[in-house]
Amino acid sequence: MDTTELKLNTEEKTGMNDSGSWDWKVDKRLVANISHWKEQFGYMEELYVSPNGERIAAVVKSDDMKFSVCENGKVWDKTFDKVWYLQFGPDNRLTCLVSDMGAWTIAIDGEPWEKRFDFIWNTQFSENGKDIAVSAQTEMEYFAVLNGIEWEKKYSVMTNMVMSQDGAHTAAVVQTIPVGAADIFKFREGCFSVAVDGNPWDINFVNVWEINFSKDGAHAVAEVRTTIYDYTVAVDGRLWNQTFPAVWKPRFSPVNNSVTAPVRKGDSWMLFKDGRQFWDQHFSQLWDHLYSNDGNHIAAIVAPKFGRWTIAVDGRPWSLTFGDLVTDMVISPDGKKVACVGKEKDFWSVVVDGRAWSEAYDMVWKPVFSPDSQHIAVKVEKRGYFYLLVDGKTMEGEFKVLFNPVFSPDSQKILVKGITGNPDEENYYRQVIRLSDIPG
Amino acid sequence: MAESAEKMKTSKIIDKGIEEGAANLSSKKIEKVIHDVLQNETGARLKTYVETCIHCGLCSDACHFYLSHDKDPRYSPAGKVKQTIWKILKAKGKVDADFIKKACEIAFTECNLCRRCAMYCPFGIDVSYLISIVRRICFKLGVVPQYIADTAHSHASTLNQMWVKDDEWIDTLFWQEEEAADEIPNLRIPVEKQGADIFYSVIGPEPKFRSQLIYQAAVIMNTAGVNWTMPATPGWDNSDMCMYIGENEMMGRLKKAYFDTAMRLKVKRIVMGECGHAFRSIYDQGNRWLGWKMPPIPVIHAIEFYYELLKEGKIRVAKKYEKGVTFHDPCNIVRGRGLHEMARYVTKAFTREFIEMHPNREHNYCCCAGGGVINCGPPFKKKRVEGDRIKAEQLFAAKSRGAETIIAPCHNCHGGLEDIVHHYGLGMEIKFLGDIIYECMEKPESMGE
Repeated sequence: MDTTELKLNTEEKTGMNDSGSWDWKVDKRLVANISHWKEQFGYMEELYVSPNGERIAAVVKSDDMKFSVCENGKVWDKTFDKVWYLQFGPDNRLTCLVSDMGAWTIAIDGEPWEKRFDFIWNTQFSENGKDIAVSAQTEMEYFAVLNGIEWEKKYSVMTNMVMSQDGAHTAAVVQTIPVGAADIFKFREGCFSVAVDGNPWDINFVNVWEINFSKDGAHAVAEVRTTIYDYTVAVDGRLWNQTFPAVWKPRFSPVNNSVTAPVRKGDSWMLFKDGRQFWDQHFSQLWDHLYSNDGNHIAAIVAPKFGRWTIAVDGRPWSLTFGDLVTDMVISPDGKKVACVGKEKDFWSVVVDGRAWSEAYDMVWKPVFSPDSQHIAVKVEKRGYFYLLVDGKTMEGEFKVLFNPVFSPDSQKILVKGITGNPDEENYYRQVIRLSDIPG
Repeated sequence: MAESAEKMKTSKIIDKGIEEGAANLSSKKIEKVIHDVLQNETGARLKTYVETCIHCGLCSDACHFYLSHDKDPRYSPAGKVKQTIWKILKAKGKVDADFIKKACEIAFTECNLCRRCAMYCPFGIDVSYLISIVRRICFKLGVVPQYIADTAHSHASTLNQMWVKDDEWIDTLFWQEEEAADEIPNLRIPVEKQGADIFYSVIGPEPKFRSQLIYQAAVIMNTAGVNWTMPATPGWDNSDMCMYIGENEMMGRLKKAYFDTAMRLKVKRIVMGECGHAFRSIYDQGNRWLGWKMPPIPVIHAIEFYYELLKEGKIRVAKKYEKGVTFHDPCNIVRGRGLHEMARYVTKAFTREFIEMHPNREHNYCCCAGGGVINCGPPFKKKRVEGDRIKAEQLFAAKSRGAETIIAPCHNCHGGLEDIVHHYGLGMEIKFLGDIIYECMEKPESMGE
C-alpha cells in the first residue's frame, strides 16, 4: 500500500480544483461556532474542512447512539450504525463511509449510494474530484467500485487499489491463483498480478506492491518481485530486463511515459529509467521520487550516507542534511523549487531549496506552493497551538485547529481556515488575506 | 567442549521448507551464495568476532538450550557457531546440502537470538549476529522452515504477519470499539486521525487471535485521555519475521510502510503494544537497514507508556491484583532496551504480591519462543519446550514461593511460556501487563466516586 500517497489529506489534492470559482474576497467570515456543537453532542470526532473553506463537518453521535454527520451546524437527516473516513473531495463534496445493519456504502453529501457491500474502505478521488472509487468486499470477494460501478471480475484478495488522475481507471494488486495454507512453494510460483479496471495482466508475480498510472491513465506501472529474491518494475505487464535485490515505487514521466524507479544495487540505491541507470549518483537510500510538472526535473528523498537525509534534485543532493528524517517533499508548479520537511533531534523544520527556515517546530505539515511558485505556506505546530507560515514568516494569530491553506489562482491571496477562541467560544473562520497585507 | 560440538546432530524432525528447499541445491550454488553473503554483506564485525573468540566456553552457561540439555556442548552458543558459520568459513563455503539443512535447523530452532550469551562473553561477542548470518545464507538458498517462511510471505503480501486483509483489520478495530463502548460509553478507537499525538501499533496476532488486547488498549487510552490513532492502511503491524529469516529486503519494506504511516498521520511518537521482537525490528534492525540510525519517529514500548501514564497520574490503581505474580523479562525490551525497572514499577503498583524469578532482569532466561523459533511451527514445538527446561525450573521456583501468575509483556513470550507451563505441568497463568492494568485500573465510570 502506498501509505504516503493514497491517503493524502484531500485538502492537498486541490491542484486541479476549480478554485477560481471560490469566494476570494478579502474577508474574515465566521462559518461555525464549534463550542455550540460540543454542547449539542455528547460525542463529536475531529473536524474536517472543505478545500474552499465553506464547509466544516464532523462525525457525531445522537442520543440514541446512532452516528451521523454535523455539517456547518446542521446534522444530516440520515443516521447510521457507523460513520467513518470523513473526506472532502477536491470539488468540495463531503464523503464518508457508512454502515447500517452490517451493510456498508459511501455517502456523498449525505446521500448513500444505493449499492451496499459487506465492507468498503480506501476512498479515492480523481484529481478534479468528480470521480470517486472505493475498495470493496462482498461475500469474501474483493473488487473496486468506481462511481458506484463494480468491477465485473472479483478476487479472493485485493490490495493497493489506486485510481488514475483523470478518474477513468482503477487498478489494484489481486490474487489470481489460490494458495493453500502455508503452501510456500505454490506461493513462490507467483500467484499475484495487477488488475486494471478489474482485468488482470496476463502475467503473475510472487508479489506486487505500489501501482501508478501514467498521467493520461492509459498505462500502469508496478513494483513487483518475480522470485522471492528478484525485484523489478512491470509496465503494463511487461518486465524491465533486469532484476534487483529491492526496488521502490516507480513513476511515469508526465510527458513521455518513460518510467523511473529507485533500485538497489549492491549496498546502495540509485535511480533507474526504463531499466537502465539514470542518475549517476549512488545513495545509502533513495525513495519517494517526484517529477516536476514539465517532466524536466526529478527530486527524491535520499540519504547520502547512513543516518543523514536530504533531497536530491536531478541526482544532486542538497548539502543540508537531517539526522531524523526528511518527508513531505513537494515540487513547485514551475518545477524550479523544491520544499520539504526535515527533522533533527525531534525538531521539525521547513526546508526550501536546501535552506531551512529559521524556526523549528513540534510538527510541520506539507508545504503548499502558490500557483505562480513564488510563495510557500506551511502549517506548523508549537506547544499545542497551530500557526501559519508564509514565505518563512509567521502570520499573526494562533489556532486551536488549522487546516492546510490554499493560494488563490492569481497567487495574490491566501485562504486561511482555522479555529480560534477559548473553550467557551471556539469559532471556525474562513479568512482570505492578501499576501501583500501580511506584515513583512 | 569445542571438540565435541564440532560433530553435528542428526535431526529426526522433517520440515517441508527445509527438506524441499534443500532438495535441488548444488554445491556450486551453495558456494556462490555463501561467497556472495560473506563478501558483500559482512565485514569487520564478522572478522572481529571470528578472530576474537578464544573458545573459552564462558557463553555456554548463558544458554537455556545448553542448560536444558544437560550441558550438551552442541547446544552451547560457541558450539552452535562452531557447527555452522565457523564450519562454513573453514570450508570456504564448500559445504553440501545436508550441511545446510542441519545448519538451518540449528540456526532457526536452537538459538533464539536472545543475546544473553553476549553478556557473558569476555569480549561481548554477539552470537545472535553470527547465527543471523547463517539464517541469511539459508534464506538466500531457499532453505527456511516452512511455517516461518509462510509468515514472511504473509508480511510480503499483506504487510502484516497473519494474512490479515485490509478490511478485516479495520473491521476488527470497529468491532473492538463497539465492544468496549458497551463498557465505556462513547469510547472511541480513532482510526486515521491525522495530527494525533500517538500512533498505537500492534502486531498481527492481535486482530487475528487476541483482539481483546486492542479493546484493553482502547480503554487505557480513553481513560488516560490520550490523543491517539490507529491507521486504516497496511503499516499498522510492527512485527517482523522477515528480520528473523534473513529476508532483509522485506524487513526494510515493512519498516518503510510502518514509518511512512506514522509520518502520514503526523503523529509525534509511536506507542507499540506488548511485543518484544517488533521492538527490535523498528528500533534496531529494520530502521537501520533503511538508513535511519534511530527510529525517525520516536517509538516507545507499552511498558514505557504505562510507566509514563502511571507516573503522570493519567491512570490510577483502583484495586490490587490479588494473586502472587512474577515477571518475565523479555529479551528484546530488557536486554535490548532496559525496561526492567519500569516494568517492575508498574507491576508492583497494580499487584499485591510480587515474587522475583531468578535470574531476572537482563539475566532472565529466554522463553525459547523468540527469535522466530516459535514461528517455525508445530514440527519444532516439542524440541522448543524441551530446549527450555531451565525456564520451567525457574518458573517452578517462583511458583513455590507464591507466584501463580506470570506477567510477560511480549506476544512470543506468551506463546512460549504457555507451551512450557503446559508441557511441564506448572499450572501457572500468563498475562500481559495490559491485562493486569485493565483489570485493576480506575475506569471512567468509577472515577470520581
